[in-house]
Amino acid sequence: MTARDEHALEMDFAVGRHDFAAAGEVASRVKQVLRQLGIASDLVRRAAVATYEAEMNLVIHSNGGKVVLRVDSERIVVEACDLGPGIPDIELAMREGYSTASDEVREMGFGAGMGLPNMRRCSDSFKIDSSVGRGTTVTTVIYIAEPGS
Amino acid sequence: MESRFHSVKLLEDKCKGCTNCIKRCPTEAIRVREGKAVINAARCIDCGECVRTCENHAKAIMANSLDDLQEFDYNIALPAPALYSQIGKASGPDEVVWALEQIGFDAVCDVSFGADIITECTRRYIRGNDLPRPMISSACPAVVRLVQVRFPGLIPHLAKIESPMYAAARVARARVGEQLRIPDDRIGVFFISPCAAKITAIISPLGSEKSYVNGALAVSDIYGPLMASLGRGGSSRPLYRGSGLGFGWAMNGGELRALGDMKALAVDGIHNVIGVLEEADSGRLQRVDYIEALACQAGCVGGPANVENPFVARVRMRDVSAGVDAGSMATSLQLARDCIDEFGEGYFCMHEPIQPLAGMELAESLESAIARMGELEKIVAELPGLDCGACGSPTCRTHAEDVVCGRAIETDCVFKLRERMQQMAEDLLRLARTDLPSMARRDDN
Ligand code: SF4
Repeated sequence: MTARDEHALEMDFAVGRHDFAAAGEVASRVKQVLRQLGIASDLVRRAAVATYEAEMNLVIHSNGGKVVLRVDSERIVVEACDLGPGIPDIELAMREGYSTASDEVREMGFGAGMGLPNMRRCSDSFKIDSSVGRGTTVTTVIYIAEPGS
Repeated sequence: MESRFHSVKLLEDKCKGCTNCIKRCPTEAIRVREGKAVINAARCIDCGECVRTCENHAKAIMANSLDDLQEFDYNIALPAPALYSQIGKASGPDEVVWALEQIGFDAVCDVSFGADIITECTRRYIRGNDLPRPMISSACPAVVRLVQVRFPGLIPHLAKIESPMYAAARVARARVGEQLRIPDDRIGVFFISPCAAKITAIISPLGSEKSYVNGALAVSDIYGPLMASLGRGGSSRPLYRGSGLGFGWAMNGGELRALGDMKALAVDGIHNVIGVLEEADSGRLQRVDYIEALACQAGCVGGPANVENPFVARVRMRDVSAGVDAGSMATSLQLARDCIDEFGEGYFCMHEPIQPLAGMELAESLESAIARMGELEKIVAELPGLDCGACGSPTCRTHAEDVVCGRAIETDCVFKLRERMQQMAEDLLRLARTDLPSMARRDDN
């Protein structure tokens, strides 16, 4: 899929570091878009949960970044990219309940260490690319089953 | 697209084409076209926000009238608990029952009793079902329709329990049929409704194929005749009366109060409900077991078919609820349990699945929807983002939606129109300034 493909949609949503007031807005927007595309509600639901977690990860851990939504006739891709600080140990980060969120953030009820595992649970394919100092890209893919396939 | 029945209708001659209602509609169902509001039937959830908003009273709630009682041999009124909140303190519930009999009903069955039955069914349902959390109450039909139209992902969370009105109708029908030996099709059961959504739910039921209620009267429509009879002051008992907790269902938080101790959340007012459902839909409320969600602020006492101020009505409702003494309260609750034993628990569960309702999609196929979404984004980026509503759509984004779906043109936006006119004027000026071969050259260009 390329961005130039007219049968593909690509939308960017900026997410600011520690912008808790806006948290959840990207997930709502993504949900609205997918709903308007006529995507089945269980897939919309999974994409919304993945987006919410992606968005929260950017708010809590990153120096700011963006969520990119891509949709074509085969799949929904939710990608969260940031410019740092990067994840030193991905395996550890994927463990349920593991979190590096500050106490302050946890007191707000966030940072329970379920973000990445939740994203993986919602996706058909899931990938993390990260390097310390450069940043992280988390890619969640949800396949749109064609009727009869 | 199938067009569904709606009790909320526009009275064209009263509509001035202002844009107040389009802004408040929770499903963006209204547009102003050719000077009049137009409701998109596929999206409308009959919440009644527009009825409340319209200062010209151009939105009306269509319901049955007392004349419709003539179709039946025996008529039962099912007053919503909220009815009692609309009547001054001087008249107690028994006087209201008597007044209902004066205006044409043969018997009255309080929906508060249905609420007692549904409370017990819901309690067992929550306990006995491993449904996805949080479960969402389906007591408010506007909320159920909202879920169907805007949050179809939450359909599995809806408690598949019938409404208090339905429970009251079934027990009242059964009792009258049995004791008076009246054939079922000769019994008319009419709900006295505080809102539009219930009326719609009666005419096109949500979960069950057959509606046990024959029609609905709006509180505001019978208020006059009812008050006139009340003045003459008799008193009468209903077939069934609920407990104070049953009456409490008409107020925000009342269903939860009746259900008792639970990890639950109560929300009222359709826009607040949307906020909470957004949270639930992104998987953020899994630790909540149950959500009571009511479309109207303050609960059913704030229904759009009522006459009283919602907050005044709530105080009265509290008095009515507290006025049921402990003895009759225990009797009602026991009677409700007996009814469940007699009819069986499954009797009060919805048997038809709740389906998503189409209405938000940009196109039928995914490919064309994607193409339109791309186009939509481009149009939105060019619009001023003031959401002024002058184009007849509630927001710049909905205007763009309407453009890509062929329901509007870009220059319906006054800013776009202005831009286009400026462009044309500049073109005209440029043209006017072009030199003609026969004329001397001007120095200013
Ligand atoms: S009743 Fe509610 S959903 Fe229907 S048009 Fe009015 S505001 Fe919109």
